[in-house]
Amino acid sequence: MAEDLRIGVFVCECGHNIAGTVDCEAVREHASALPDVVIAQRNRYTCSDPGQQQIKQAIANHNLNRVVVAACTPRLHELTFRACLAQAGLNPYLLDIANIREHVAWVHQGDPSGATRKALDTVTMAVARARHLKPQRELDVPVSRAALVIGGGVAGIQAALDLADAGHQVYLVEKQPSIGGKMAQLDKTFPTMDCSI
Amino acid sequence: MMDAGRHPKIKLFAYSEVERISGYVGNFTVRVRKKARYVDETACTACGDCAKVCPVVVPNEFDIGLGSRKAIYIPFPQAVPSAYVIDHAHCLGDVPIACGKCREACDKKCIDFDQHDQIITLDVGAIIVATGLDVFDPSALDEYGYTRYKNVVTSLEFERLIDAGGPTGGHFVRPSDRQQPRRVGFIQCVGSRTLSGNDDLSRGRPYCSNICCMNTVKDSLLLKDHYPETDISVFYMDIRAFGKGFEDLYRRSREAGVKYIRGLPGEIVEDEATGNLMVTVDNTTQGRTERHELDLVVLSIGLVPPAEQAHVKQLLTLSQTDEGFFLEAHPKLKPVDTPTRGVFLAGCAEGPKDIKDSVTQASAAAARAQIVLNADKLRVEAITAWVDPTVCTGCGLCAKVCPYGAILADSKTKAKAQVMEAKCAGCGACAAECRFDAITMRHFPDAALMAQVEAALAENPEHKIVTFACNWCSYAGADYAGVSRMQYPPNARIIRTMCSGRVDEDLIVRAFQLGAPVVLVSGCHYADCHYINANRWTQKRVDRLWDRLERKGIRPERLQLEWISAAEGAKFATVMREVERIRQSVTMEEIEWARRVLAEEK
Repeated sequence: MAEDLRIGVFVCECGHNIAGTVDCEAVREHASALPDVVIAQRNRYTCSDPGQQQIKQAIANHNLNRVVVAACTPRLHELTFRACLAQAGLNPYLLDIANIREHVAWVHQGDPSGATRKALDTVTMAVARARHLKPQRELDVPVSRAALVIGGGVAGIQAALDLADAGHQVYLVEKQPSIGGKMAQLDKTFPTMDCSI
Repeated sequence: MMDAGRHPKIKLFAYSEVERISGYVGNFTVRVRKKARYVDETACTACGDCAKVCPVVVPNEFDIGLGSRKAIYIPFPQAVPSAYVIDHAHCLGDVPIACGKCREACDKKCIDFDQHDQIITLDVGAIIVATGLDVFDPSALDEYGYTRYKNVVTSLEFERLIDAGGPTGGHFVRPSDRQQPRRVGFIQCVGSRTLSGNDDLSRGRPYCSNICCMNTVKDSLLLKDHYPETDISVFYMDIRAFGKGFEDLYRRSREAGVKYIRGLPGEIVEDEATGNLMVTVDNTTQGRTERHELDLVVLSIGLVPPAEQAHVKQLLTLSQTDEGFFLEAHPKLKPVDTPTRGVFLAGCAEGPKDIKDSVTQASAAAARAQIVLNADKLRVEAITAWVDPTVCTGCGLCAKVCPYGAILADSKTKAKAQVMEAKCAGCGACAAECRFDAITMRHFPDAALMAQVEAALAENPEHKIVTFACNWCSYAGADYAGVSRMQYPPNARIIRTMCSGRVDEDLIVRAFQLGAPVVLVSGCHYADCHYINANRWTQKRVDRLWDRLERKGIRPERLQLEWISAAEGAKFATVMREVERIRQSVTMEEIEWARRVLAEEK
């Protein structure tokens, strides 16, 4: 049963970060003509509340079932936009991100036309990918309620104490015969001028 | 320290090492080797009777060789656990004719020469990496004569010399004649802020070590407090007193009469008769060359990543910065997270920092870890593999390539493969390996990747470089190039996969069929693979394809394989320039040839 695809594309200008190099209107226009794309919009900052609001409204108004955001790296805001989709009632996995900031605008600043060509392709590829995405269900896994701290210097000791004081079982592993680390070798410490141990 | 040792919720494994970590957030399994101490640490009262009779005397590591210890020893009086340990390398053994004196002397009978290493398995939900630092070894800096001149010491040795618990009982004397030095110089930035121009790190590291300025300010005040008549000179290039209360401490030091001289000495020469040191320095404030005769010189040494960093990195598939410290998930927004979910950083493992910052970061890491530990259930990203039983032939290849043993399959019984979803990390090595396309990666299906390849090459394919980049390293490396505004030619069309092991040969062949001049596959460095070793299969597949391309008369150079880490933005940019150079060398005839011969094949 073939699903009727309805894709929305949201091109982020990221202030001047993207729009300063990439012709975002050309990208939007190009996206609007791609197969199954029913709406393509430009935003100043897609990750901002108004930007996300625009996506949610478009999902509702145009009955979108796939979303492509052309913006920064998915390593930054994939989860942001997944949450945005979920709030609009769409499965969060029906999203793809076209990275036109880190992989395009910021690395081709001296070549706006080359950058724009790359951005067009990047959005085309994202829309092509989006057409094959399916709703997914995330798996819930149980959690072992204990923590491992590797290293018993000042940082490891503090982390272990905080976790233990909060009621968690902590395993503190130190390779030397004693904890204390480099700190224990210091006589006095700044800025308080008190002893280290 | 004491609090950590006696806390009912903290189980301390001292003299122990983590050997293996498997699993994923919320469900790590850790194997710890608790090394034989040859002393029952719960029974030992640290009375010291054993050490009194031990005939072996060796340099004491805690005092950096400035003092001595026995073969059975306690590292320092306040050690936790408060128990002795036998240094197996130096102990004469318990054969009565050889020695065994300590065992006789021990009233509590807690010395056990038959003790073995213990292997302990732990289940944990979160991991905090606090592996700390080493100090820079200035031996290679000939001009300062460390190890050649007795009265040139490091700032860490200074700590032991002035510590009441140190080898001199806190009487500050210089090593050559055990006299109290009247004229002391500190040289800053030893091993820090050094650009050697090549990969030689023996003369120093490029970064600021963060703590050395204030450590010297502190040391100068300590000296002035104990010995007000001491004449102290500090040779520096900048004094970085940026933290809360630091400037005040710096002012107090100057008010106490400590001389701050801007300029790093070019040379130290020892007067062999007196052991005194002649320090030559360009005083850049006064614009003149000065010579200072000093009784003791302290090299304010920088901090470096510890030697075992590489081991821990592999255990947890973390990344390191160029400087060798662990790379955080995001420099501003996730400074204590790592790219591996459920693993957090604290202290100098992440970068040089002082005690306050280490404690702050440790508390932050503990708080972040509690988000995991307090969760009833954790959501795992739906990127796992799924086997279509109607297509699967039960050949078992997928189970062979799975780095996690997450696939149940039996090539003998030809039972259909089954994915244990909780164990699957979503690398996709199985999907790339399956010859029958029976495996679907939930969020990275073949069809989607193929559609991306086709979309990238729909127009003017001869201009395009189809680039596969793994999420954790290469894609992140490309992001890093972006964040650093490194410029490179705009011809690559980047396709993200979770792992380079996901890149199916069909995808690459399809790209050439569609007229791609060059295809680049990029992933994590071998030891850094975020899916244990899934990228070994990347290498195997690319090797296989290189052979196949060559047999077809296609230049293997047109398929490039590069390992680029998340910290290697500069390398990503360089690779981009290099593949573009290759692209320009590929003729239309070559592209046509590849199209034709590969089309015939299918």
